[in-house]
Amino acid sequence: MLPPFEIHQPVTAAEAVALRARFGEAGALYAGGSELLLAMKEGLAGFAHLIDVKTIAGLAGLTLAPDGRAVTIGAAVTHRTLERSPLVRERLPLVAEMARQVANARVRAVGTLGGNLCFAEPHSDPPTALLVHGARVALAGAAGARRLPLADFLVGPYESALGPDEILTHVDVPLPPARAAGAYLKFGMHERPTVGVAVLLVPDEHRAAVAEARVAVGCVGPVATRLPAVESALAGARLADLEAGWPDAARAGEALDAVSDLHGSADYKRAMAGVFVGRALALAARRARS
Amino acid sequence: MTARQITLDTTVNGRALSLSVEPEALLLDVLRERLGLTGSKRSCDVQVCGACTVLLDGLPVSACSVLAYEARGRRVLTIEGLARDERLHPVQEAFLATAGFQCGFCTPGMIMAVKALLDDSPSATPEDVREHLRGNICRCTGYASILAAVAVAQRALADGAAG
Repeated sequence: MLPPFEIHQPVTAAEAVALRARFGEAGALYAGGSELLLAMKEGLAGFAHLIDVKTIAGLAGLTLAPDGRAVTIGAAVTHRTLERSPLVRERLPLVAEMARQVANARVRAVGTLGGNLCFAEPHSDPPTALLVHGARVALAGAAGARRLPLADFLVGPYESALGPDEILTHVDVPLPPARAAGAYLKFGMHERPTVGVAVLLVPDEHRAAVAEARVAVGCVGPVATRLPAVESALAGARLADLEAGWPDAARAGEALDAVSDLHGSADYKRAMAGVFVGRALALAARRARS
Repeated sequence: MTARQITLDTTVNGRALSLSVEPEALLLDVLRERLGLTGSKRSCDVQVCGACTVLLDGLPVSACSVLAYEARGRRVLTIEGLARDERLHPVQEAFLATAGFQCGFCTPGMIMAVKALLDDSPSATPEDVREHLRGNICRCTGYASILAAVAVAQRALADGAAG
């Protein structure tokens, strides 16, 4: 059972921002409800007012940016839409591959990308895959609009940089460089993942070696994170070697800020992260060569 | 909308309805308590088990975790709406043919999940089926007879059985 609340349906971002300011801590943004309603049912969160952002014009948009260099994903776009959109499958295949693996078909049908990012559940798939694309979030607030890198938006477990009078309107995901190939792999014994790994490899023009590598790991620590030292170490690596197995993959997990929880001990998570970094690199390398 | 009661105009199993509901009413409670449609079950209550699966505009959702108000202007289909003129749906027939259930608690949700998949992807591969049903838990069958039911249903639908 849910505690009583009222639902508000703003039709513009400005109206939503005004409702945020009016209700303060008694109000919560609501989209698919796949995190919020569960927390409210469990008594972990209580709000007298839900602000339904799905009625805001444009928040369900999914378009190629006017300059053709990014895909703009509205905050209310569902995981299912990301999984199936021809635009996403063609231009951001790694994002489509990730979306296909979110929770289950029912969650994907109602859960939204914006809701996922704002709730900032650490055991979650989207942030990891978006980080290797260099995604940026767009926020609307009383003081105007601002944009910031996703890495700066993700502050900690259940904590984002969203201000008390702000809403997330969309996410800009830059298209990967030409020839790039990626992979998203996850592993877990429960409904939520224990580890998620996203890899994007940009091969040289001969498709023989790595010109640029981007690697992110999620679910293991407080927030999903890129691994800059691993990325540097991979520059110049031969794709054929990565496909056969990267000997340093195990070490990639060791530096992670891992947290022990229901999904495993910190040591276990670091070990699994290493295993899955290796597998994701092998898969991405195979895709980059073909 | 700031009222304690919301007018919910919706279609449930092909029937147009107008109900007054509280904003926090969950779709599952409206189906079970107000409409007497008790086929959909509450079990985990956190979108993991699939026992409450119903279709909202054709998409599978967890009725236990969807606000009833989200059904405004949309079509809800529950297990009770599958049979036509006393004739079971081909997916229901397939579960009977393969004994795709034992206690039956998960069956309504399982059947609705399978219907959603086959409406969308009639030629879903066994791998697609397994992936799709990952979110529906059965503690009796071990799943083999459920997967067999999906294959039987796919053949029946391909042969022209009315879905």
